[in-house]
Amino acid sequence: MKRILPLLLLAALLAACAPQGPVTLTVMTHDSFAASDTVIQAFEKANNVKVAFLKSGDAGAELNKAILTKDAPLADVMYGTDNTFLSRALDAGILQPYASPLLAKIPAEFKLDPQDRLLPVDYGDVCINYDKAYFSSHNLAVPATLEDLFKPEYKGLLVVENPATSSTGLTFLLATVKHFGSPDYIGYWKNLRQNGLVVVDGWETAYYTNFSGSSGHGPQPMVVSYASSPAAEVVGASTPLTESPIGTILGPDTCFRQIEFVGVLQGSKHLALAQKFVDFMLDKQFQEDMPLQMYVYPVNPEAVLPDAFVKYAQIPTQPARLSPADIAAGRDQWIADWTAAVLH
Amino acid sequence: MQDQIQKTVENRISESASLRFADSLIRRIWFWLPISLFLAVFFFYPLARILWLGLNPAAPLKLAPASLLVSRDAVFFTFYQASLSTLLTLAVGLPAAFLFARFDFHGKVFLRLLTAIPFMLPTVVVAAGFNAFLGPRGWVNLGLMNLFHLSTAPIPFVGTLGAILMAHVFYNTTIVIRLVGNALAHLDPRLEQAARTLGADSPQVLRRLLLPLLRPSILAAALLVFIFDFTSFGVILLLGGPAFSTLEVVIYLQAIQFFNLPLAALLSLFQLLCTLTFSVLYSRVVIRMAVTSAPRSAESNLRRPRARSEKLFVAVSCLFCFLFFVFPLLSLPMRSVTRLEADRGERAGVHYGLTIDYYRELFINRRETVFYVPPFAAIGNSLVYAAVTVILSLALGFPAASALARPGRLERLIDPLLMLPLGASAVTLGLGFIVTFNRPPLALLASPVLVPLAHTLIALPFVIRSLQPALASIPDRLRQAAASLGASPLHVWAAVDWPIVARATLGAAVFAFTVSLGEFGATSLVVRPEYPTLPIAIARFLSQPGGLNYGQAMAMATILMVVCGAGILSIEKLRLPGAGEF
Amino acid sequence: MLEVIDIWKSYEGQPLLCDLSFTVDAGETVCLLGASGSGKSTLLRIIAGLEAPERGLVRWEGNDLSLVPVHLRNFGLVFQDYALFPHLTVAENVAFGLRMKKLPAAESGRRVADVLERVNLAGFGPRRVTDLSGGEQQRVALARALAPSPRLLMFDEPLGALDRNLREQLMVELRGILHAGRVPAIYVTHDQEEAFTLADRVLLLHEGRIVRCGTPREVWEAPGSAWAARFLGAGNVLEGVAGADGQVMTPAGVFRTGCAHVHRPGDSVALLLRPSGASPLRGGRSGKPPDVAAGRASGRVTDVVFQQERYKVTLSNGLYFYLAEAPHPGEELALEIPPSAIQCLS
Repeated sequence: MKRILPLLLLAALLAACAPQGPVTLTVMTHDSFAASDTVIQAFEKANNVKVAFLKSGDAGAELNKAILTKDAPLADVMYGTDNTFLSRALDAGILQPYASPLLAKIPAEFKLDPQDRLLPVDYGDVCINYDKAYFSSHNLAVPATLEDLFKPEYKGLLVVENPATSSTGLTFLLATVKHFGSPDYIGYWKNLRQNGLVVVDGWETAYYTNFSGSSGHGPQPMVVSYASSPAAEVVGASTPLTESPIGTILGPDTCFRQIEFVGVLQGSKHLALAQKFVDFMLDKQFQEDMPLQMYVYPVNPEAVLPDAFVKYAQIPTQPARLSPADIAAGRDQWIADWTAAVLH
Repeated sequence: MQDQIQKTVENRISESASLRFADSLIRRIWFWLPISLFLAVFFFYPLARILWLGLNPAAPLKLAPASLLVSRDAVFFTFYQASLSTLLTLAVGLPAAFLFARFDFHGKVFLRLLTAIPFMLPTVVVAAGFNAFLGPRGWVNLGLMNLFHLSTAPIPFVGTLGAILMAHVFYNTTIVIRLVGNALAHLDPRLEQAARTLGADSPQVLRRLLLPLLRPSILAAALLVFIFDFTSFGVILLLGGPAFSTLEVVIYLQAIQFFNLPLAALLSLFQLLCTLTFSVLYSRVVIRMAVTSAPRSAESNLRRPRARSEKLFVAVSCLFCFLFFVFPLLSLPMRSVTRLEADRGERAGVHYGLTIDYYRELFINRRETVFYVPPFAAIGNSLVYAAVTVILSLALGFPAASALARPGRLERLIDPLLMLPLGASAVTLGLGFIVTFNRPPLALLASPVLVPLAHTLIALPFVIRSLQPALASIPDRLRQAAASLGASPLHVWAAVDWPIVARATLGAAVFAFTVSLGEFGATSLVVRPEYPTLPIAIARFLSQPGGLNYGQAMAMATILMVVCGAGILSIEKLRLPGAGEF
Repeated sequence: MLEVIDIWKSYEGQPLLCDLSFTVDAGETVCLLGASGSGKSTLLRIIAGLEAPERGLVRWEGNDLSLVPVHLRNFGLVFQDYALFPHLTVAENVAFGLRMKKLPAAESGRRVADVLERVNLAGFGPRRVTDLSGGEQQRVALARALAPSPRLLMFDEPLGALDRNLREQLMVELRGILHAGRVPAIYVTHDQEEAFTLADRVLLLHEGRIVRCGTPREVWEAPGSAWAARFLGAGNVLEGVAGADGQVMTPAGVFRTGCAHVHRPGDSVALLLRPSGASPLRGGRSGKPPDVAAGRASGRVTDVVFQQERYKVTLSNGLYFYLAEAPHPGEELALEIPPSAIQCLS
C-alpha cells in the first residue's frame, strides 16, 4: 500500500503538468530576472499565449544548460547571456538569428552580434559603491581612480568578489584588464592585495555581509557592486529617504559595462511567438518596467527612466569595455592568473 | 511401504525447504525492487549520461597543469577539512547524545529541537547567522571591541578554516545526536547495572561498556557526517571564502564557469569512487560488529540527574548547546524585527528600533512582480514537497531497511551503493538531470515533481540508516510466536515489527522532512517559479540590494525556522496507533 | 553482617516493601521466597545500591551504606537474564570485575581460569557469549559475579529459564560453591524447591512483609499461615469454624486438632491437611483404633496422577492425597487422617 501511494501521486502530478489550453511560450532566464505582472499579462493577452519562465541559475549555469540541451531545447527564448559569455553562446550554435524591427532604435554600442542571434535588452555598470557615512565620519576623501585604491589610507576598506565564482567580480576584473592591459593588471591586483584587499565568493556576501552601507553593516565601506545600487537602496528602504546612503565611484575605467542579451533558441516550436516576445522585450513598455524590477538600464532610448534612477543613481559616461572576442580569448587565463596572484 | 513413506516425508521436507528459500529470495527481490528502480532511473542513469558526455573519447580532455595542481590541492584539503570536521562533530555530538538519551530536564525538548534546526537551514541563512554572531561586526567582536577599546575586530572568523569547521559542526551535530542517541536510549539498562555491581564507576562504564556497544551507531553517524563534509559546497564558498577550495567547488567551477566538462566529470568520478570506498569500508566493519540485544523502551533509560557530577555535566552541556546553537540562530529573528537603516537625511545616525515592517512587507507585492511569492504559498510549497519526500523515502526505504536488517549476499553488495547519492557531486547530478529529463518519455525537467524526487535521493540514506538498527533488533522469536498463534505475515508485521520500529520510523520521517525543507541546491536546479520553496524565496530576497529585501530575507528565514521546528515537534509528538513505547 | 532495616518502598503509589527487616550472617545463604511481582528483585536492587528505598537503610558490618555508590559496595549480583556483555568474550566478561580492580593481567588470567573451572566451564574463555546455551550463559554470569571475590552474593531468580535437569544440576553445583566459598548470599526466587535446596534460612515474602522466617525444615513443618501453606504447597488448606471439644467443622468434614484449645467455639480456623499419611478405609473399617484418627475425608476420586513413588489422588471436594496404590477414577474413597497430618494455621 505504501508503495502504491507515491506512484499514484507521481502520476497525478505528471498529469497535472501536461500543458492545456492556450499555447505556452517558455522563456529561459537567469535567477535575477523580474518583471511586472501587468506588463507580462499585457503580452499574454495580446498574443493569446501563456508565458512560462524557467529560472535556471546564474548566467553561466543558464548558458550551460542551454548548451547541454541543444538537441531538445528547454525553452523558446533565452534571456540573460551577458557580454562576457557572448562568444561562448554564439560558438555553441544554440541560437537562431532574428533581425527585429526594433533594433533600429537601439544605439550601435549595444549591438555586439552582427548576425543578430543575440539582441541587447539591458545594461548595467559594475562599479565600486561606497558608504557615504563612513567616508564623511572618518574625514576621508572618496577615491577617484582605480590607482587611488592602493593608497595607504584605504587599506582594508575594499571588498571584491572572486571572479571565478561571481560574474560581478569577473566584470570588475575585466575593467582592470582594460585599464592596465594584460599583463600589467596583475601588478595592480598584487598592490591591492598588499593594501588589505578582502575577497569573498559572491555579490550577496560582499554586499550584505561585508559592505557597511547595506543593512548588513559590514566592516568594508567600499564594495564592487552596480551603478544602480544607490537607487535600489532608496527604493528598497523601509523608511523614506531623501538621499541614497551610498554612492558610486565614477573614475576612468572604474566601471565596466555589462550588457544582457536575449535570443531565440534553435529548435523552438513557436518561432513566430518567440520573435514577438523578443520584440516585446525591446519595446518601450517592457524597457520602462525593467529598471525598478531588475535595477538595470534600458537599451531603448525611448524608455523613460524612473525618478529614483535619475535622482539617486549615477552612471559613467565612459565605462570600460572589451570586445566579446577578446573576453572569450583571455577570460580563463585572466581568472587563473588572478587567482594565483591574489589568493595564493 | 516404510521406504515409500520415508521418501514421501523426505520429499515434503525438501520441497518446503526449497519453497522457503524461493520464498525468501522472492521476498528479497520485492524489497529491493522499488528502491533499485528509483535509484536506477533518478540517480545512476543521469549520472552515467553526464559522465559519458564528459569523458567520451571524442571530446579532448583539457588537462592544463595548473588545473591539475588546483585539483590535487583541492583533494587534499577536502579530506583534511572533512576529517577534522567529523572529529569535531563527534566531540560535540557524543556528549550531547548522552545528555539527551539519558537525562530528563527542563527545556530538554526545546534544546533538542534547537540542535536539529541548523540541518535544514540553507547555507545562505547559516552564513548570515554566523556572521551576525561571530563576524567582524558580530556581537562577539563588537562586544570585545567595546570592552577593550579596540579598533579592529580581534577574532577573525569569516574566511578562516575555523568558520568552515564550526559551520559543519553546527549543521551535522544533529546526525550524531539522533543516530547515537537512539542506540543509547535503547540499550539494556541491566548491562550497565551489572557493570556497576562489578565495580565500574561512571567513567569506566562509559569506556568499557557504552562506547564499545555504541560503536556501530557512532561509525554510522561518522560516515554520514564525513560524506556531508566531503561534498560540502555552500559552507566552503560562503564562510571559507575564496581562499579555500574543495573537490566540489572545483567541480562547480570547471563545469559552470569554465565549461570544462571533461575535467569536471573526471573529478566527479573520483569523488564518487571515494564515497563508494568509504561506504564499503563501513559496511564491512559494521557487519562484523553487529551485536543484537533486546530493545528496551527509551523512557526506561531516562532519569533526572542526581549525583553532583551528573548535575554538573547536564548544566555544562546544556549551556554549551544553548550558546553554540542558539546565538547564531537568534540573530536572524532579531534582525528581522530590527530596523537597521539610516533614517531620512541622517547620514551618520542609524536608528535602531523594533518593527514588524519586514513581516508586513512579505505580504505586499510592492513592485507587482510576476514572481512574487506570498509567504504562505512558499510555506505551503515547502511543506508539500517535504510531505511527498517523507512518504516517498519511507516507502522506498522501509523495505530496503528490512532487507538490510537480515543481510545476505545481495545486501552486502547493495549496501555500499545506497550511500552514493549523498556523495555524488550535486552539480554533476544536476547537469545529469538536465540532459536526461529534458525530453520524453521522462520530460520531467519543467515539472515540480522533480523536486521531491531529488530530495528523496538525498533523504534515502538517512531514512535507511535510521530504520535499519531498529528493524535488526526485532528478535525472530517474537515473529515466530505470533505466527504460531495464527497471525498472517501482515498481522505479524503489524503486531510485532511495527510497535518496535514505530519510533525509528518517526525519527526517519523527521530526517526526511528536514532534508527536504532546507534543500536548496537541487531545488534551485529544477524549481519552477510558480512553486518556489522557502529557501529559494530567501535567496531571491538576498540577490538584490535594499533594506526591505534584506529584512524580508531575515523574516522569511525566521519563518523557515519556525516551520521547521513546528514540523519536527508535531512529527515527534505523533502518537501512532498501536505503536509501543519503543 | 548484612542488616536490612525497615525498608519501605512503593511502586506507582502502592506500597511494595513495608518495613522489611532481616539479616544475613557470614557464610549464610538466605532465600527470599515470594510470588512474582512481590518486590523481591526490587529489594535486591536496593541492597546492591541500584535503587534507593524511601525509608529504611542497609548496613554492612555496622556501617550505613546509604552514601556508598554501587561500584564501591563489592556486592555481586547475578541477574535473571544474565546481562552478559555481548561485545566481550566469556573470559573478558568474567574478568570485568577484576579489571575494575586493576588486577595485573597475569593474575587476572589465573583467577578467570580458576573460576571458570569452578563453574565447569574450563576452556570456554575465548568463546563469544552470544553463542552459548542458556545453562552455559548462566554459569558465565555466576563466574563473573564470583571472580572479584565479592563480600556478598545476590541471585535474582537465576535458574528460571532453564530446563528441569539443568536446574537441578546447577542447584547442586551452586550449593557446593556457596558452601565452599563461605560467602554470604541472598537468593531470590519464587520456586520453593530451589529455595529449600539452597537455603540455610528461608524468608517468605508476602505483600511486602516477611511472614515466615526459619530453616527450610522449620518453615516446611510449620508454615504459620494459610497463604504460606498454599504458596509452599504444603498440603490442603481448609477454612473451618471451631466447635466444642477441640473439633473444627470444615466443608470437607470434621477434624480433631491439637490446637483447638486456643480457639473459642465459633472462631474461624484454618487447617493444614497434609496429603501424606492418609490411609484408605476398606469397607468402612480401618486397621487402626478409631480414636487415634483425627478425622476422615471422603469423596469421589476425580484424578489420579502417577508421581514416581506414589500416586496423587484428588477427590471431588478438592482435597488431594498421596497414596501407595491407585484407586480408580470415579470410585468413592474414604480416607483416615492421622493426627500428625493436621495442624492449625494462624
